[in-house]
Amino acid sequence: MTDLNKLTIAEARDALKKGETTSVALTEACLAAIDAQGVLNAVVHKTPELAMEQAKAADARGYADAPALSGIPLGIKDLFCVKGVDTQAASDILKGFKPEYDSTVTTKLFENGAVMLGKTNMDEFAMGSSNEHSAYGPSVNPWKVDDRQLTPGGSSGGSASAVAADLCIGAIGTDTGGSIRQPAAFTGTVGIRPTYGRVSRYGIVAYASSLDQAGPMTKTVRDTAIMLTAMSGHDMRDSTSADIAVPDFEAALTGDIKGKTIGIPREYRLDGLNAEIAGLWDKGADMLRDAGAKVVDVSLPHTKYALPAYYVIAPAEASSNLARYDGVRFGHRATLGAGDGINEMYEKTRAEGFGAEVQRRIMVGTYVLSAGFYDAYYNRARKVRTLIKRDFENVFASGVDAILAPTTPSPAFGIGEVSDADPVQMYLNDVFTVTLNLAGLPGVSVPAGLDTNGLPLGLQLIGKPWEEADLLNIAYSLEGSTGFVAKPQKWW
Amino acid sequence: MSIDTDTARRVAKLARIKVEEDALPALAQEFSAILGFIEQLEEVDVDGIEPMTSVTPQRLKRRDDVVTDGNQQPAVLKNAPDAREGFFAVPKVVE
Repeated sequence: MTDLNKLTIAEARDALKKGETTSVALTEACLAAIDAQGVLNAVVHKTPELAMEQAKAADARGYADAPALSGIPLGIKDLFCVKGVDTQAASDILKGFKPEYDSTVTTKLFENGAVMLGKTNMDEFAMGSSNEHSAYGPSVNPWKVDDRQLTPGGSSGGSASAVAADLCIGAIGTDTGGSIRQPAAFTGTVGIRPTYGRVSRYGIVAYASSLDQAGPMTKTVRDTAIMLTAMSGHDMRDSTSADIAVPDFEAALTGDIKGKTIGIPREYRLDGLNAEIAGLWDKGADMLRDAGAKVVDVSLPHTKYALPAYYVIAPAEASSNLARYDGVRFGHRATLGAGDGINEMYEKTRAEGFGAEVQRRIMVGTYVLSAGFYDAYYNRARKVRTLIKRDFENVFASGVDAILAPTTPSPAFGIGEVSDADPVQMYLNDVFTVTLNLAGLPGVSVPAGLDTNGLPLGLQLIGKPWEEADLLNIAYSLEGSTGFVAKPQKWW
Repeated sequence: MSIDTDTARRVAKLARIKVEEDALPALAQEFSAILGFIEQLEEVDVDGIEPMTSVTPQRLKRRDDVVTDGNQQPAVLKNAPDAREGFFAVPKVVE
């Protein structure tokens, strides 16, 4: 077999079962692709020794009755703790940090036989939509249509780039405001953010704890289903992880969506919405209708307030979560001058260790939580969050099974094109994705087609809480209808 | 709301992030832009609405109040920038 790194998880699994290949061969193919990643800068800490050890173990165990991900090489976002492996959250403040424990997600993946290829690039502490805010430098999108280098999106940009460029068979990311779905849309790949509480957050570097969820990033909907089954489940170490049975998500992929009701939210049809994206959205609705679903207009009246609410709540939680980076227990400590005391140590350490966007969000969070502003900003945002969740509850109570919307307001943009001087411009990337984080709902991005320049665009399906099986089945139907098979041509 | 340099300085202090004096005006301007964006929330009628505390209504799991972990001093200190004699070391706090 040639180009083993181009296989999907399902294809690799079947080839391993039939004895047509080995995990060692798969892993070597991916490691070679990673060594040739060049400017993509998708994998930032390579773990070839660990990968080969895990691959050999999977091959030795054999593939009859093997667990779901046996021998499958994956990329792991730099946000997940893996014992003895650099875990930096793309920040200088965690340079050299090697955790003494594993995240629950990576533990589950390894128990399911997965092979870890390395850590993938991201925006620092998962704060960003372009992977430009990274201590490793930006990751680059393998899709390229002119002289420009395009962003793979963010924050899980390295995972998206690695999956799209076939540096790995699958990957994992995290999604606080769109960080799985937006990069998936920008790279023509699939990614799901599960219901809040579906996947344990233990051992994942925290950004905004009430919004963070981990999920798979893959080449197909089937692969996402396979990985999500392996990653999900209750964990005593995360009190917000739900003690709810995990279905076999792959088994739910029948492609039969007859009788399902799909909502089209009118508030997502923004003034000046990119015409190609609007057209693709209509086409997606037609495809679901042709597959037997009923398509109805719905209203989510507080949509407009989701982004401003997010940019209060997420920085507030971040300012609290990131208080732990103080130069005492782990990570960077600034060199101190004569007479510097503990406050100077904190202030210098954090100024040196955190990048500009992270500093900005910590300080915004500090401000909205400070005395005198707590009610005006933080409490008000939490009330608006209640209203946003209620919007979705009303729509689902009216009989809607899933909501169809674009994933992003534009295709991938060029690195450096969205100015750092106006952070709000960058925040607008998350306008379609952030709503469901606030409501705790699952959402999946599926590649829907190419724009006239040849760049991938994604459509997003938003589901009811704990109904990822149904949601993935609808996504599976949509994936089949779009027939999206385009891949970036290798130029890197 | 417009954020002035004094407020930016105070917020940086509260956040324990050193910001040089000459960087404060630009920082204040960024804050102003972000807060201007956030202020859209004032348009929303939130009378009688409860602030969200938990996005998925659930009773948190309980367990017996016993020690389940511990005795890992070397692992806990492993990544410390300055660990001495089983402690985290910091600059002198008390004169």
